Amino acid sequence: MSLFDKFAHLSDVYRGLEGRRFNPFNIAFDVILSPTEAMIKGRHILLLGTNNYLGLTHDPAVIGEAIEAIRNFGSGTTGSRIANGSYDGHMQLERALADFYGRKFAMVFSTGYQANLGILATIAGKNDHLILDADSHASIYDGSRLGHAQVTRFRHNDPDDLARRLRRLAGTPGDKVVVIEGIYSMLGDTAPLRELVQVKREGGAYLVIDEAHSLGVLGETGRGLAEAEDVEADVDFIVGTFSKSLGGVGGFCVSDLDGFEVLRVASRPYMFTASLPPSVIAATAAALHQLRSRPNLRRQLTENAKRLYGGLVDLGFHLGPEPNPIVSAIMPDPETAFAFWTSLLQAGLYTNVSLPPATPRGLALLRTSVSAAHTRHQIDHAVALFAQVGRALGLIPHARVHRGTPHEAPEGKISVAGE
Amino acid sequence: MNDPDDPVRMVVFDTLRASTRGAVELSDQTNIVNELGLDSVAIMDFVMEIEDRLDVSVPLDRIAEVETVGDLVATMRDLEGKG
Ligand SMILES: Cc1ncc(COP(=O)(O)O)c(C=O)c1O
Repeated sequence: MSLFDKFAHLSDVYRGLEGRRFNPFNIAFDVILSPTEAMIKGRHILLLGTNNYLGLTHDPAVIGEAIEAIRNFGSGTTGSRIANGSYDGHMQLERALADFYGRKFAMVFSTGYQANLGILATIAGKNDHLILDADSHASIYDGSRLGHAQVTRFRHNDPDDLARRLRRLAGTPGDKVVVIEGIYSMLGDTAPLRELVQVKREGGAYLVIDEAHSLGVLGETGRGLAEAEDVEADVDFIVGTFSKSLGGVGGFCVSDLDGFEVLRVASRPYMFTASLPPSVIAATAAALHQLRSRPNLRRQLTENAKRLYGGLVDLGFHLGPEPNPIVSAIMPDPETAFAFWTSLLQAGLYTNVSLPPATPRGLALLRTSVSAAHTRHQIDHAVALFAQVGRALGLIPHARVHRGTPHEAPEGKISVAGE
Repeated sequence: MNDPDDPVRMVVFDTLRASTRGAVELSDQTNIVNELGLDSVAIMDFVMEIEDRLDVSVPLDRIAEVETVGDLVATMRDLEGKG
């Protein structure tokens, strides 16, 4: 008997991977050369699973601002904003976010995870109701559990089911808060936002949208799905993260609701944790400036996403439903996902493995994310490696599905992982 | 209590049988996590089927309390009674 017996089901999987040369759950990069390249165990690797959508991690302006801030303000803030004070950078970044979204209020959290905890656990109180899209990220589930509201979930992207659930709550005291995402992190699909907004309005509910994967990706100016669908006025809270398109770490929430500022003294995940270090704040502010002033990055990202998605569809892979920068190939089972991942890595391509319960409907996924920093050649090379491994594992037909695709690499021997 | 013709009970057993494809013999004592091998999301997903059929919403904290099939029947009966 041990304290960890309750994790037996996880230990089995984890131990099975331990003996292997590459393990997706503890892979380490020796050096990161650029947003798209790294070294692993002395080998050059193409990165296709980083969420680094705009490639801003290595932007000279971003790095320059971070270095200047660390020189001027030191390495860390050594405390929380409520107990130990804010730095000018925190306030400036909040103003920049409010300005970007055209909203009155913005609040910065230490991670995107904590932004969801800090907002959801606080805005919905004891007699209120949180209604979550079933495919919501773990931070949305955890934030809901941290608070005292009643939590139910509706079928993923199903406005009719949301309407049914709001109807069941009609006449029940308490506020209703609906929580959804812009682009869903596992399959890269977007919410049917116009329909959901209609239901939310009819049901008299508030709406929170987590734009973690859509900030800098969707919308005319990169504000996300709410902007792309032209329904921003109906979204009461936008939550997001600095850790993806902005290349840093941290989270935020913007809103126009009067009284919002009270959350600074009510939201425990905001109050009881250290604030972001000056270098991260400065880098994020610089990245936000890049995001706003270089719309070409977004165009390049979209083009790259379509190229990868189209290439994999042509090969016969089963993917998520939309060509967004998250491109996930559906694998028949976790073992195949691990084998696929390992073979790609051995061939010099880094991707992600995503497994249930983090994935919807028990799916095993080989997940990739595209960056604006990828060259056309890099995308084509990735597609060629997918073709080789997919054939070696018998997942896709040997003959080309589509004629004239430019994705064919010279036939090389690919070793099948797990042997 | 354990009236086999109770409609709530029938819905719960029916739904569980469908989502486990009849692989396991079900009784009130069947442990949903250990014996049916369902993870947290799979459990929430099949509860959703039951919610649809009985037209009630089950809060997640109530799902978390459920260990056996009998617990689930009792929870559904309780919520249905309130609805
Ligand atoms: C939808 C969603 N929300 C929140 C987060 C948490 O963000 P962070 O990793 O910046 O804490 C993530 C990703 O990790 C996410 O995919």
